Amino acid sequence: MREPLIFDQGRPGRRAPSQAPAVAAGTDDLPAALIRRTPPPLPEVSELQVVRHFTRLSQLNFSIDTHFYPLGSCTMKYNPRAANKLAMLPGFLDRHPLEPEAHAQGFLECLFDLQEMLKAATGMTGVSLTPMAGAQGEFSGVAMIRAYHQARGDTARDQIIVPDAAHGTNPATATMCGCDVVEIPTGPDGDVDLAALRQVVGPRTAGMMLTNPSTLGVFERQIAEIAEAVHGAGGLLYYDGANLNAILGRALPAAMGFDVVHINLHKTFSTPHGGGGPGAGIVAVNDRLEPFLPIPIVGRRDGAAGHAYRWLAEAERPQSIGRLSGFMGNAGVLLRAYVYMRLLGAEGMRRVSGYATLNANYLMKRLAAAGFTPAFSQRRASHEFIISLKDVTRDTGVSALDFAKALLDKGFHAPTTYFPMLVPECLLIEPTESEARQELDAFAQALIEIRDLAFKDAAEVKSAPRTLPVRRLDDVRAAKQLDLTWQSRADSPAVSPR
Amino acid sequence: MNNVPQQLQYTAEHEWVRREDDGTVVIGITDHAQQQLGELVYVELPEVGRALKAGDAMAVVESTKAASDVYAPLAGAVRAVNPALTAEPELVNTDPYGAGWLVRLQASDSQLTGLLDASAYTTLLDAAD
Repeated sequence: MREPLIFDQGRPGRRAPSQAPAVAAGTDDLPAALIRRTPPPLPEVSELQVVRHFTRLSQLNFSIDTHFYPLGSCTMKYNPRAANKLAMLPGFLDRHPLEPEAHAQGFLECLFDLQEMLKAATGMTGVSLTPMAGAQGEFSGVAMIRAYHQARGDTARDQIIVPDAAHGTNPATATMCGCDVVEIPTGPDGDVDLAALRQVVGPRTAGMMLTNPSTLGVFERQIAEIAEAVHGAGGLLYYDGANLNAILGRALPAAMGFDVVHINLHKTFSTPHGGGGPGAGIVAVNDRLEPFLPIPIVGRRDGAAGHAYRWLAEAERPQSIGRLSGFMGNAGVLLRAYVYMRLLGAEGMRRVSGYATLNANYLMKRLAAAGFTPAFSQRRASHEFIISLKDVTRDTGVSALDFAKALLDKGFHAPTTYFPMLVPECLLIEPTESEARQELDAFAQALIEIRDLAFKDAAEVKSAPRTLPVRRLDDVRAAKQLDLTWQSRADSPAVSPR
Repeated sequence: MNNVPQQLQYTAEHEWVRREDDGTVVIGITDHAQQQLGELVYVELPEVGRALKAGDAMAVVESTKAASDVYAPLAGAVRAVNPALTAEPELVNTDPYGAGWLVRLQASDSQLTGLLDASAYTTLLDAAD
């Protein structure tokens, strides 16, 4: 089923007057040169056409609410309706970001408590909720590391060490913060090559960024030695919190020796993601870095009449790396994470990591028993694992990409493909704690059937997907000739207003 | 499966090096590397004149799967870069050892040391398989 663009569904003069504004906005006060000479080419459609169009578009999508979504590294777990409902209370929705603190005590209390819960979950002593997404959280973390060294007059430290298995965002962040990236290799068991690390640390080391468990789906067992090597050279250790959901309530980044953590609330704490946001990439730090946290932060003053909550900003935090947006983070996302954590409590959070790792290990064992090749079969998986389809590709020509497309036809969102690049023809599979065993069994069965078909009729697999609105997309052409803007024939540059 | 020409030299990071009669060296990525990446959509090349140390990241090759650094196999100054790759990065896929070359260097050292010959590189590819 192909859904035409809404612009192509209209007829001249068709209107939906019930949705029109009661009073037309005047244009008398606008400079004449800025006023359009021709009306904009808006779709001319009925109310029912609009409803059907957008309902159908929403049904074409793969989502957590409709499909198993084992997209490794992304943690596509269920977003509880309760978190949504409570974050949408009118007192939150109608709040103005500039209203006086005295009028926002309830909101500020929720955020203060969220800061405290995140300290408990990481073992850190300071938290800022300000970063608007994971990328901004990473940027804040490395900017704080730089600010720390600068404040001590230790100005030659301009290198950030990252393992070759790191998320691509880590070297990008280091570069954005003006640092050079030093890459170190991974050993055959998936742990960092400690000898290589010891060779590169030194007086230029600003810090090291590490994900633990790593993107390879295994826990870094030498974390204590790594922390010692980095700290011994005068650097700081950064925890990429992408995989915090694997250890939640069981191990603390602070206890592993990390100095700064960013957490994707939209992953571990189950706020909605996909569709590009909004996200929340909060940062947590130990006392070395606390003065440099991005502002504002929510503070609490304890008085005889109870607690008073207030914003801490430039006056209280003169060494802060500064502000990252006009106000503080994405308020609705922060509130959803707050409700999620309050619903679970400390015991519930332990169950999150327990079931996330149980589901991943169950699925890995099932697939291994069916003859698939886990990348690190000698290791226990964390919350996600990798299988390599290299042998199937060699024998049949059917690649990991073909498997991913064929899974769509079977009603499963594809796992992450070709990441990490260290493992050839790989699928990175993260079932999350949300899924029941029957769903995991059905997914394993689908992979087995696709592999059977690959040996019988490779061309059939390579022609997937067959049941979706579009077939194979030309991703090379999409990358080279990116075209994201619709333009009407009537509004082409030749006739557009000056 | 992999095309590894006898007359070239190689690195473990899948670059190839060809010595020219005028004393310069031409550098590209191997057939194995382009197969692993898939069709390239973008190639970033260094500025002409830039001085490189051995092991410096000198170029970036990007496909829909991944972006990878290409490292300088030896020290030298960049004499020229392949102008055709701006419009047609896929030349690296179709002709990795010819029209898909990346960089021409004036090597600082006339001896090409630390590189692999074709048989050593083939052994390395077989070991990884």
